[in-house]
Parts: sequence; C-alpha cells; structure tokens
Amino acid sequence: MGETAGAARPWILLSPALGAIGFLLVVPVFFVIVYSFWLRSATGAEVPGFHLDNWQEVLSDPFYRDILLSTLRIAAITTLSCAVLGYVPAYFIATSRTRHKTLLLLLLILPFWISYIIRTMSWINILGVSGALNQLLVATGIISEPIQMLYNEATVILGLVHFLLPFMVLNVYVSLDAIDPNLADASRSLGASSMQTFREVTLPLSLPGLAAGGLLCFVLAAGTYITPLVLGGPRDAMFANLVFEAIITQLNWPLGSALSIVLLIILGGIVAVYNRLVGIGQIAKSFG
Amino acid sequence: MENTRRYERLLDRYRHGDVNRRTFLGLIGASATVYGVAGGPFAKFARAATPDQVRFDGWGGIVSEAFREHAFNPYTDKTGITVVDGTFGGADEYLARVRASQDGEFNLAHLSGVFDYSRYHSLGLSSELNEDNIPNLRNVIPALQQVFRNITDGKLSAVPYDYGTTSIAYNRKFISDDEVKEKGAKVMIDPAHKGKIGGWSDWKTRIWYGALQTDQDPNNIEDVEAVWDAIRANRDLVLKYWASGAELMSLLAEEEIHVTEGWSGRIKALQDQGHDIGYYDPPGGLGWQECIFVIKGSPMEACEELLNFMLEPEVAIAVAEGQNYPPALDPRKVELSDKVKALPAFDPGGTLEGLNFFDADYWNSNEEEWSKQYSRVERGY
Repeated sequence: MGETAGAARPWILLSPALGAIGFLLVVPVFFVIVYSFWLRSATGAEVPGFHLDNWQEVLSDPFYRDILLSTLRIAAITTLSCAVLGYVPAYFIATSRTRHKTLLLLLLILPFWISYIIRTMSWINILGVSGALNQLLVATGIISEPIQMLYNEATVILGLVHFLLPFMVLNVYVSLDAIDPNLADASRSLGASSMQTFREVTLPLSLPGLAAGGLLCFVLAAGTYITPLVLGGPRDAMFANLVFEAIITQLNWPLGSALSIVLLIILGGIVAVYNRLVGIGQIAKSFG
Repeated sequence: MENTRRYERLLDRYRHGDVNRRTFLGLIGASATVYGVAGGPFAKFARAATPDQVRFDGWGGIVSEAFREHAFNPYTDKTGITVVDGTFGGADEYLARVRASQDGEFNLAHLSGVFDYSRYHSLGLSSELNEDNIPNLRNVIPALQQVFRNITDGKLSAVPYDYGTTSIAYNRKFISDDEVKEKGAKVMIDPAHKGKIGGWSDWKTRIWYGALQTDQDPNNIEDVEAVWDAIRANRDLVLKYWASGAELMSLLAEEEIHVTEGWSGRIKALQDQGHDIGYYDPPGGLGWQECIFVIKGSPMEACEELLNFMLEPEVAIAVAEGQNYPPALDPRKVELSDKVKALPAFDPGGTLEGLNFFDADYWNSNEEEWSKQYSRVERGY
C-alpha cells in the first residue's frame, strides 16, 4: 500500500503542471486537429464532419509546398547567419576576463525589453529611402541617390537575425563557459597552435550549444509571421502568413488548422531529430 | 438558483462541518472548471457588457482618440455608463475575435463597409436596433441606411457613421496631376513607376482596381482572368502592399513609394502635415461607408443610447473633424462645419450618387474563391 502511494506521489506532485499543459496545449491542439477535418461554408461558418478536403488541398497543392520550402530555406539561412555572427560574441564573453561579464550578458538580453514589432520596424528607419544608412551614404558621396534596400527577402532575413541572434549567443555562451579551461591549456602545452586548439578542442565541445541555439533559431524563424509582414515584399510571405490569411482574412478556420498542423508536424519532427542526436536538455541549460 | 447563493450555502455547510475541507475545495474547483468552460459567473466577469458599461472596438489611432474625446467621455459624464474602448488592427482579425467570444463580450464595432455588415449578418452576429431609441437616426443620409436595410429585411443592426474613398494618392514631386488624370487607375500598372508603387493588401481593393485597370465594372466583372493578370502586373511593380493606415502614411511620407491607393482621411492627414500628396478619384473609384455595428447579445438599450449620443450633430461633427472622414449626417438636414465640407469625399448633395460602393451580394458570393486566389496571386502565382 505504502509502495503504491510512493509510486503515485511524483504523479500527484506533477499533476498541476500536467493539468496546465493538458488544458493549455494538448486540448487546444486536439481542437485544431478536429477543426482541420471540418469545412468552411460559403458564409464563413464551419461545417462539422470528417472531411479530407483541406488535407488533400494542403498536401497536393504546389502553392503550399513552395511556400513551405521557401520558409524552411529562409529559416535555414537565418540559423546559419546567427551561428556565424553569434559565435564570436559568445566566445568573447565566455573567454573574457573582464569583471563586467554580467553586464555583457545583460546587454545581450537588453533587446528583449523592447517589443519585437518595434525592433523589427526600426529597420525601416535605418534602411529606408530616407533612412539613416541612405542619408549617410548620400552625405559621404558614396551614392548620389538613395537606393532601395527594404522589402525583399534579404531584409526579412536581416530582421530575423536581429531578433534571433541573442538566442544563439546565449546558447553558445553557456556551452563555451562550461568547457574546462585546462583542456585548452593542455592542448597548447602539447604543441597545438591557438587555431588548432580552437578547431579541435573548443569548437567540438561547444557544438551542443551551437546545435541548441540552431534549433531555437530555426524553429522560431520558421514560425515567424511579423517579420515578413513588416520587412518583406509581396512575394516574401512565409508559411505562418498563410495560416494567418486562412484564419483571419479568408475566415477559413478548417484550412488554417490543417496548415497549422502541417507546420507543427514539420517543426516537431525537426525537434525530435534534434532530441535524438543531441538531447533537448541542452536548451534548458542556456536558460539557467 | 443564483450562483452566489449556491456558493454561500456550500460555505455554510463547510463552516458547520457538514462537508470537509477537501470536499469543499474540490467542489469549488469543479464548479470553477465547469463554469469556466461552459460560461458562467467567471465568464460574466470577463464580459465588458454589463448594464452599466458597454464595449466599443474601433480602428485605434486618431480615430479612437476622436471617439474618446468627443463621444465616449461626454457620454459617460452624461449617463454614468462606462465605455470600454478597445481597438483592432483589421476587420478580419476583429471578426475572428468576435466569433471566438461569448455572447455579449463584444458590443459595438466601428465596421467598414456594407461587405462587413453583410458578413456579420450571415454569421448570425447581427442584432435588431429599436430605432425609436435613436431619434438622431433621422439626420443620417438615407442612401447610407438603405444599403444596410436591404440586407437585414428593412431593419438595422448598425447606424451609418462616416464615409470616404479609397482613391489614388501620389507624390507630386514625382508624379504630376496631369499624368494621374490621364492614366487613372492604370498609373499603378505603369512600368515607369516600378518599385515606387504601393497598394493596400486587401483582396477586395486589389480586385476592384484590377477591374478598373481592365476597363470593367468592379461590381460586374466579366473577365476575371484579365483582372488577375492586372493584379499580377501590379504585383510585379509594387514595392510594398501596406496593411494599415499608419503604414500607408509612413510609406508615402518617407517617399518609399510615389503612388498607391489611399484612404481619403489618411491622405488628408498627410496633406495637413505639409506633404505634397495629390489625391484623385478615378472614374469608378471606390467609395465606402463605415457604421457602428451592434453585435448580437449586447445590452441593446445602453448601446442604442450611445449610438444616439454619437449621432448628435455636435458629437458626429467633432469626431469627423478628428478623423478626417465626413460624417453620415445628411447635409440637407444638418448644418456641417466648413472643415467637414472641405474633407475629401464629402458630398454636399447628401445623395452619394457620385461614389461607387461594393455590391455586398456580388462580392460576398465571390469572397471564398477570390480571397483565396488573391493570396496566391500576391505570392507570385
């Protein structure tokens, strides 16, 4: 009897959290799945039932496939850019002997205190025709007329990198900070150059952090909606924009549900692969 | 039995030892879950629509400020009824919120166009106004009322409140008045302005202008493929499809774009700020009217009282001057201010015969197909 009670105790203790996850995550996703099999009527109201029309459309229409592939491509470029740009500051903070390391970390998370939309829109004032960069280039005589820099795929990626870079830096920093400094010293004492030490000791040991940051950046970039809306041109929509349009503009909640589930399955699959190869626990380390 | 009474009886039983602490808390928790899901006392707290307050949702920005200053605050002072003032980014987004809400949660909405009125009615969200409680309705332009009455069997679920146009706005520094007059809507498919053209990302407006660019009647399109081709031509020349009035103003003011369709009130605001922006109503240009819609399940008397207050000439004129759109008041019955008479789209005759509106039935019957197709065309298909 006592043994049974002991076995049940973890579940009892976990029940509030499990209940919250169940009500706030599992049940809504279940509803979304159910919705995906309904149909939209001519008035915009839903027709309950079990219909495969939405799934057939989503899975067979090249329009959705192309936008999905474009979304994954943009997310991959963003992730790679974040990795390249984020490693250097993370390495600097981790190896810095300054007393102000905490301040540097604080500066890293400072952008999170400002609204994501405001941060995204700030690029309009920087890259716009009458923005700061164009004014500077014209004033210095490098160009004679302002050039069009906004509203294309490059600015979408720029906005995403701006948004996601701190996630990458934090993950890489945690990974680098956990490396025993004696390992690098040992490598050098055995004759390795600084570059060899970095390539064969530091970089491999920091890969889990890089992978964790990469996963976060990729998943967040692939699910983004605001950045292409604000900084993209007519053709720069991402998959989440299609979900928004289906649900909000077209009032087609069943189709929007099917699109949401497709994105969920693909991103969930990527997370599952990551978990299999690296372990999801790596991400938790960067949050404390 | 009333819910509060139920709770008091349960509390009495607990205090007298008839139920233990665990049972008492369990019953409270269960009732909270049931009422939370089904809608009960907790949902009631979430609703803004109690007899002493009503909820109003509008477009935000200068429009909301005008409403708040000239209508809501004086109304609250006069009646003691609080107006909970919410905003939305777009009519579609707001409709999605309303559909996901419970009866009475949303009350009055500043909706755009007959198209939305019809959509709300089709989805069973319309109410029926008691016009006896809104005597100021008699000052409203009859043509604006009639289109609504046609949809709701002669009754009204909303009062018309203002109107405007979506016409061609252009920067005179780069495009002359003569060029716009000569080309009309086709100026927005002129390759000479590639990369400097904007447009509203609204499928109805895109199709309307696509029809004008192919010399068709937007309310009776015979060659829809030609319209899609015109939209594709426009898309390939466009720098950005804007999604809000603020974005429209920013793109024009910053000279990112030189020509776009624009909302008359927003363009007037830009002109007032000193920007040399021209505004031209092409033949067949698009007019629209906005209304204050009362959503089903709202406290009708309180809403009707607010509507009547909002239609008081001094209130409606003050709001109109604040938001730069002419009021729905009939200039043949109400003396309007000089500022209102100078607003773009203002019709001194009060008949609005010079404006073209969406034919709600026609556009609603094509909405499902066209909105989906537009999403593809915009993305390069």
